[in-house]
Amino acid sequence: MSEKPTPKPKAQLDAEFSELYRAHLRDVYSYAYYRVGNHHDAEDLTEQTFLQAYRHFERAQRESRGRPLRPWLIRIAHNLAANHYRDRSRRPASSIDDTQPITAPHTTEQLVEGREELGRILDGVRRLPDDRREALIMRFALGMDNREIARALDRSDGAAKVLIHRAIKQLQEMLDEDASGALLAESAHGNSTDAAREDLGAHERTPGR
Amino acid sequence: MNEALPNFELLLREALAPVEPPADLVERVEGALEAITELAAGELEAWELSAMRDPRNWARPAAALVAGGAAGTALVLLRARRRAQRTPRHGLRATRFEQAAERALKDLAEETRKQTRKLLDRR
Repeated sequence: MSEKPTPKPKAQLDAEFSELYRAHLRDVYSYAYYRVGNHHDAEDLTEQTFLQAYRHFERAQRESRGRPLRPWLIRIAHNLAANHYRDRSRRPASSIDDTQPITAPHTTEQLVEGREELGRILDGVRRLPDDRREALIMRFALGMDNREIARALDRSDGAAKVLIHRAIKQLQEMLDEDASGALLAESAHGNSTDAAREDLGAHERTPGR
Repeated sequence: MNEALPNFELLLREALAPVEPPADLVERVEGALEAITELAAGELEAWELSAMRDPRNWARPAAALVAGGAAGTALVLLRARRRAQRTPRHGLRATRFEQAAERALKDLAEETRKQTRKLLDRR
């Protein structure tokens, strides 16, 4: 016969929840922002995540057996975001509101190039399948390790590792394809411009016209 | 691009830089959490009204009052810290934190006084 654990006093639970909230507000907001693609929905999602977390905090603490609760928080946000899209049958906003500012010093030219490159990467992340996109957000925006990501996505550690590897690979391939597509388009555009120029030249050179 | 995986990961880290939550969101979430705590206190009051007829339960609301006051403390202190963070002027930060904490403790004392008065009125 197992004895039920004595519940913690509410004061202690509240204090611990406040700690959790302070420690992970930025994580939850960052996840929400990259997940939904705009600040407005990200704010709603963050608020709902913490309210739901507060309601189930005691049980989560009991069941976590001392493990960090960040994956649990992110999982709540993940489920809420999934419900949000399921209910409204919509995908994340067409593009992320704005590219994050680059903090390292750059020349203006480098800054513009850097922003463009980061913009292309963000756009690529947005086009990935949901689970791959989320794994990348957790790894790179939140700095979560494979174990944490596995817990947040309810997978094994190995599956999380493979998921991240595949997500990075697919993203690189997409960006490579985009880059070669752009080169092709540019060269096709260049060719047609040259041809037009030649036509125009021939036209201009045609005697008697 | 494929050859330079670590560089690509660095770029990914830069592209997916963490996003600071806006200040009004902090207010909003903390406000909502405080409202929930107050709601819980409201439920406790409803229980008290029915239970106070039994003298065996008289000790319980008093304990709940203490616990409730302490429960609010976490959120009140959180608010105090936030007030202090809003005033990052050099040299004044510590003083301002003390002032904010003092204000927060006054809020807490006032709330405890109200709760005690309510309990005494009911007897």
